[in-house]
Amino acid sequence: MIKLINVTKEYPRRGPALEDVSFHIPKGQFCFLTGHSGSGKSTTMRLIHMAERPTSGELRVSGFTSERTSRRDIWKLRRRVGYIFQEFRLLPGRTAQENVAFALEVTGTPRHSVAPKAQRLLTQVGLATKAGAQVHELSGGEQQRVAIARALANDPLVLLADEPTGNLDDRATRGIMDLFWEINAMGMAVLMATHDLVLTRLYPKARVLELDQGRLVYDSQVAEVEV
Amino acid sequence: MPYTVREAAAAFRRAPVLTGLSSAMIGLALFVVGLFGLAAHNLRLALETIEERVEIVAYLRDGALTEDIALADREISSLPEVLAVEFVTKEEALLKAQRELPEFNNVFADLDVNPLPASLEIQLRPGNQNPTTVARVADYASEYPFVEDVQFGREWVDKLFTLRRMGAVTAMILGGGFAAVAALIIGTAVRIAIFARRDEIKIMQLVGARDSFIRRPFLLEGAVTGTMGGALAIALTWATHQAVFRYLFSISWIPAGWVASGLAAGAVFGILSSSLAVRRYLREV
Repeated sequence: MIKLINVTKEYPRRGPALEDVSFHIPKGQFCFLTGHSGSGKSTTMRLIHMAERPTSGELRVSGFTSERTSRRDIWKLRRRVGYIFQEFRLLPGRTAQENVAFALEVTGTPRHSVAPKAQRLLTQVGLATKAGAQVHELSGGEQQRVAIARALANDPLVLLADEPTGNLDDRATRGIMDLFWEINAMGMAVLMATHDLVLTRLYPKARVLELDQGRLVYDSQVAEVEV
Repeated sequence: MPYTVREAAAAFRRAPVLTGLSSAMIGLALFVVGLFGLAAHNLRLALETIEERVEIVAYLRDGALTEDIALADREISSLPEVLAVEFVTKEEALLKAQRELPEFNNVFADLDVNPLPASLEIQLRPGNQNPTTVARVADYASEYPFVEDVQFGREWVDKLFTLRRMGAVTAMILGGGFAAVAALIIGTAVRIAIFARRDEIKIMQLVGARDSFIRRPFLLEGAVTGTMGGALAIALTWATHQAVFRYLFSISWIPAGWVASGLAAGAVFGILSSSLAVRRYLREV
């Protein structure tokens, strides 16, 4: 599903953001990507989403490889990989339903299916009754749910979440985490970047990868095997 | 309503001032092109009128035989470049001179002998008034032994055609320059529009919209803005034409084809400029 093979990413003035990182996330796995700020979590997420390319090494995501996927074909990958940000990135001045419908419409969903599917997705994330609300009228947790519904618009195989609970209180965080587990239970792989180690301990079934200064320093799966 | 049309219309609704300003800027840039076109068209008409007057006159020796003159008339007339040849006798030349130069009538009245020669006035077909053709026909006429001299104002013809060439080159350079300015303006307007909608574009890329899909509303917006600018430019050029025609001097309106080209140019500029601006932006994000 997601495979990084000796991936290194260097920036001209900053030096290496990732160094020789390798891991494999199979289909349906729930995985935390942890580490301090600047450890390379967001860079890893951006590489998997092919917003950037590795300086060396290879990256494979759902049949797409970093070496062979041209810029012109990235849209195909993006439809298989949903992405969620810490800061939600919803379109202001539109309702929850319109935000989800927008993602459906711009990716070619037939017009007659857009509204019902948007409503179904909002129901899935627990916002059936808030579909008509403007996004600024929603709480942080609700806005993140809208963002998750939008990320699910194209029935992706993988969900990438970059610090999705970073702006939320504990209660909203739990709600969002429960939602991720529900989505994961449906067979979707989830890779969630977070610096919150307490959060990762609340979900012992999840795999944990830890980055430190661009290097992979811990993999719970390997650690278990080694133990 | 399809997404492309709806989004383009929404962009106009969201930022009517920006759209109006963009169209106005494009309109002003194309207006300068329009003014230049109006001037170039009228200059061309004036040059054509002058060219029609380009004439070769072969002055004949006194005593030339009528049969020889008739033969030369026929032979020169048969040249493909020649429209007509008119034989002007000595008497007709004197009458013409008296008519055209009334201030010398006293001199003409005192003449014992008509000093003016007979001549063959050669008119060229339209499009043949260029220096090479004029010189060739003149050389041909001068080869008759009874032709004393051939005049066609070589320097004048040369200057006329130099002027015409300069006009064409100036039109290309200035027209190209103004077109480039118009393209820059449209591109800037589109970049502003793109900047205003950068969040939408990022989300479209995030969820997997094709670049061509993202581009479409901007291209339509550019085409409409460009066409509106073209229409404004035509209206301003028309107003200028009317003002000059009424209060200064008589000038002709540009051909309908040029007007249609102006509108098409506006649309094409709009599409190209938008395309470049969007392409660059999509590469950056």
